[in-house]
Amino acid sequence: MTDIYQDSTDPQVERQFTLSILTEDKPGLLNTVTIVFTRRKLNIEMINVSASEVAGVSRYTIVLTTTKDQVEKVIKQIRKHVDVLGAFVYEEDEIHYQEIALYKVPTEIFIGGVEVEQIIRANNARILVIEKDYIVIEKTGHKHETTALFDTLQKYGVLEFVRSGRVSISKSKRKTEHFLEELEKSTTHSLSNNNGIN
Amino acid sequence: METLQKSSTGKTKKKMRITGSEAVILSLLEEGVDTIFGYPGGAIMPIYDSLYHYQDKINHLLVRHEQGAAHAAQGYARVTGRVGVCFATSGPGATNLMTGIADAQIDSTPIVCITGQVPAHLLGSDAFQESDVLGISMPVTKWNFQITSPEEIPDAIARAFYIAKTGRPGPVLLDITKNAQFGELDFEYKPCEKIRSYHPYPEINIRDIEDAAKVINSAKKPYILVGHGVLISGAEKKVLELSEKANIPVASTLLGLSSFPPDHPNYVGYLGMHGNYGPNVLTNECDVLIAIGMRFDDRVTGDVNQYAVKAKVIHIEIDPSEIDKIIKTEVAINADAKQALELLIPKVNKANHKEWIEEFRKLDKIEYDKVIKHDLYPTGEKLKMGEVVRMISEISKGEAILVTDVGQHQMIASRYYKFRRPNHIVTSGGLGTMGFALPASMGAQIGQKEEKVIAIAGDGGFQMTIQELGTISQYNIPVKIVVLNNNFLGMVRQWQQLFFEKRYSFTEMTNPDFVKIVDGYGIACNRVSKREDLQHALQTMYDHDGPYFLEVKVEMEENVFPMVPSGDSVSNIRLE
Repeated sequence: MTDIYQDSTDPQVERQFTLSILTEDKPGLLNTVTIVFTRRKLNIEMINVSASEVAGVSRYTIVLTTTKDQVEKVIKQIRKHVDVLGAFVYEEDEIHYQEIALYKVPTEIFIGGVEVEQIIRANNARILVIEKDYIVIEKTGHKHETTALFDTLQKYGVLEFVRSGRVSISKSKRKTEHFLEELEKSTTHSLSNNNGIN
Repeated sequence: METLQKSSTGKTKKKMRITGSEAVILSLLEEGVDTIFGYPGGAIMPIYDSLYHYQDKINHLLVRHEQGAAHAAQGYARVTGRVGVCFATSGPGATNLMTGIADAQIDSTPIVCITGQVPAHLLGSDAFQESDVLGISMPVTKWNFQITSPEEIPDAIARAFYIAKTGRPGPVLLDITKNAQFGELDFEYKPCEKIRSYHPYPEINIRDIEDAAKVINSAKKPYILVGHGVLISGAEKKVLELSEKANIPVASTLLGLSSFPPDHPNYVGYLGMHGNYGPNVLTNECDVLIAIGMRFDDRVTGDVNQYAVKAKVIHIEIDPSEIDKIIKTEVAINADAKQALELLIPKVNKANHKEWIEEFRKLDKIEYDKVIKHDLYPTGEKLKMGEVVRMISEISKGEAILVTDVGQHQMIASRYYKFRRPNHIVTSGGLGTMGFALPASMGAQIGQKEEKVIAIAGDGGFQMTIQELGTISQYNIPVKIVVLNNNFLGMVRQWQQLFFEKRYSFTEMTNPDFVKIVDGYGIACNRVSKREDLQHALQTMYDHDGPYFLEVKVEMEENVFPMVPSGDSVSNIRLE
């Protein structure tokens, strides 16, 4: 078996991994996926579940910090579930990813100066809605970027701050539809391994 | 009714309008089910009402506790290779199944459990006898599914059987709401042949086979370990062929017992915490370890950092999640054991490892002198478990189906019973479920009516499911039950003696008069405590037509040796 982890990083050292999981769109599957983590006392840092580009197929994006050894075992346990179509592990440099953050701030902080406006511009954020009492600012970016904006806005008073889980796209050229087509034809599990997808 | 019964033969494929509960029964018939172990209750009553009309086709056994139904289904599955089926009602009925389901999951046993559930509109309302059965069973099933409308029934049952029996087998639970049982559907049954997200039989990578052959061909001290997967895949003859061709010693895990002839010159014995001396110690001397259909349980490996230290490990395993889970492999063959061996054997060279096998024999001698001799031919006043098992093995010529409970007697039975026929051991390995033996033996006997089935239990485990004597009595199931009574929870007591300075914390048991109890159930019974009576008592039991119970009073503080202390290296196995 070829190993996707061809770097020399220590398998015992904890680092961040992104898991991308394709499942049939059925009730209860979120639970079957997450209990794999619960049983091993692993904390999910971010989770995002949404419809994929293929009808009837859900895509889970899960971010967690653990060792390579552990994540390899976890991904096999997830793949083992009957309704899981495929499950992949990515290192940080194998994916493009993004998060979105919303900041609710008092409308009054925009009054009497351009300071906050400048901050928004400098951070490539935008204003989503303007209400009488509050304004919602939207920013997409990586966690450190959305956090930086939060820290900056804090001194003006942030009423509410919310950040989405990560959404990611792998750097591989695989098309989900092709993957599923091959899965339909295949009699093996090998497709849902990481090898052979690039 | 007439039209329905005609179609239940599976020949008429015409659609017909029937209730969900009838669809359950007809679907089971389509899957060839002839036996169900179960217990009725409110939420599964419509299914039981339908079953009432099909008693000529399906043999339903009313157990005395739902745990018994699950274990009986396991016993049935383990000796037949078919899917065991059990019924239970919602809430407590379903929760009582869970121990058996968890046991089936960890010991790869195909069972389908059907539970009744409150009507769909009451789900989540804390209705009477409602519990979240799907949520509870999720971590211990291979697949589970809740049926809330009658139309889902045929397809869900077809999937359940397909999933339970294919690949690495396991338990499936179907939770059927009462409205789905009462409702009607146009019934049509199609067996499940494929699920796009589920690929139970991996395609073998021929490179892995070649790599494995290369490693085996260069080995000086190769060593085969066989597990349950060998029996599940029917690879016993292939293992024998590989072992004979390359002259490789073979040892077995607990669940792999009966897959290799016990008197074969290449058979070196039983692995694990209470396994044989040589097979454990020499794990750290072999240079190539060929693990077939086993999963490196901690009771087999001891400390993994001091396990197979000199060996390149070849792991033949159908479940990819088991590969590299515990022991890192040199070559992994993700495949069904039989298929893999069929490809591997032609590539393996003939070899002679006589001296290596001789190393096992030297250690066997030490174990025989220090342990086995005293277990099998004791001279003390009290009976020992080992001599009882030896006699059972002799009387049955190693050809009975032996069902064990969990604890000291289990280890003694697996050490000293000479299993001469495959799939003739039924034991709770992974989960170690006390109370397993009695109900599992019923299932095994129902599954193999022509075979002798002997259940061995301790006084502790026997009392955990003792109520199944009622089932055995009601259906006159001719199992032979041997309770080795030492008035202790023996295995825990042994650990307390060895590792907790003899503080026997709640392990001594004041037991009832077992013979009186069994007699109360109308089952023939006897008690023996003297050596001179043992042979006769066992023979009488064995020859008895119908169920029979024999209590054997054994030495109270006997220890099972050899023993690898928990978490220690297999090299540090203790003989005393």
